[in-house]
Amino acid sequence: MTQADDILSVAAAWRAAGEKVALATVTQTWGSSPRPAGSQLAVTVSGRMAGSVSGGCIEGAVAEAAMKTIETGVPQLLDFGITDERAWEVGLACGGKLKVFVEALA
Amino acid sequence: MTPATLAALAAARAAKRPVVLATSLPDGAQMLLPDPAAPADLAEAAARALDRDESGTVRLGNGEWFLHTFNPRLRLIVVGAVHIAQALVPMAALMGLDVVLVDPRRSFATTERFPNVTIMTDWPDEAMDALAPDSRSAVITLTHDPKLDDPALDRALRSPAFHIGALGSRRTHGRRLERLRELGHDEATLARIKGPVGLDIAAVTAPEIAVSILAELVAVRRHAGTRAAKEAA
Repeated sequence: MTQADDILSVAAAWRAAGEKVALATVTQTWGSSPRPAGSQLAVTVSGRMAGSVSGGCIEGAVAEAAMKTIETGVPQLLDFGITDERAWEVGLACGGKLKVFVEALA
Repeated sequence: MTPATLAALAAARAAKRPVVLATSLPDGAQMLLPDPAAPADLAEAAARALDRDESGTVRLGNGEWFLHTFNPRLRLIVVGAVHIAQALVPMAALMGLDVVLVDPRRSFATTERFPNVTIMTDWPDEAMDALAPDSRSAVITLTHDPKLDDPALDRALRSPAFHIGALGSRRTHGRRLERLRELGHDEATLARIKGPVGLDIAAVTAPEIAVSILAELVAVRRHAGTRAAKEAA
């Protein structure tokens, strides 16, 4: 949990400095997902990034979704896994499944 | 996340208060627990998440919630700046525990023997009163000396510490329990002390004993027995 802590503080600091920030959090995992629930990734419109929600396989897709959430203000619950066509596209090679919640820091 | 929620979460963490950020899925409505206004099932699930020190998604009567636990770091109070402590303290720090070392014998409790750790040279009862162990604290006594171990154990038993361990043979431990009984502790309370401390891995050297002590701490913290039983069922 220490890592999740750090990311939240980083995201809060970015927000306080006037950045537009989204926070992605692993909410559920199945199989061999590399990061446990609670792992977080913070991204900004200006392109800053901290933390991770996987071994690096899905960060790009999550960051893309985060931009949309920042723009619309609407949170998203993303599904990644071997049963999901998206997973092949973004390459979750480990064979795990996970859900990621993406929200904007208002 | 609203600025109010973010501020409340930051304040709780700064004050080392264990909290759970509950997020309703997928709409994102959030609540910081414990909160007297929370529904009973959500409050119960949050308390369980904190106890297990785990984040995860739960399905409740009113929908799906992601429970993100924010527990303060675990604290380990080690009484006795002895040889075993020299192995135990850095290993515990590596595990992310906040370690405090207590020993009034200044020749033992030196920064040369114990670099990078908080050392208290007060008598163990005074040190324990100042440290006020909470439910995120473990207390391990290593001195074998009743003058030092007993007051620390007495205070630990009067605290909600999640784990209490005392080094010493079964015979030593039996005599120790006798003395603590005389201080007014009943059998159920005395059973909280793991003595001899540590999992039985036939440890011999100081680092091996430290591993056995920390392995037991992890097993207690992660509810190892209950989990294995649950998985077998």
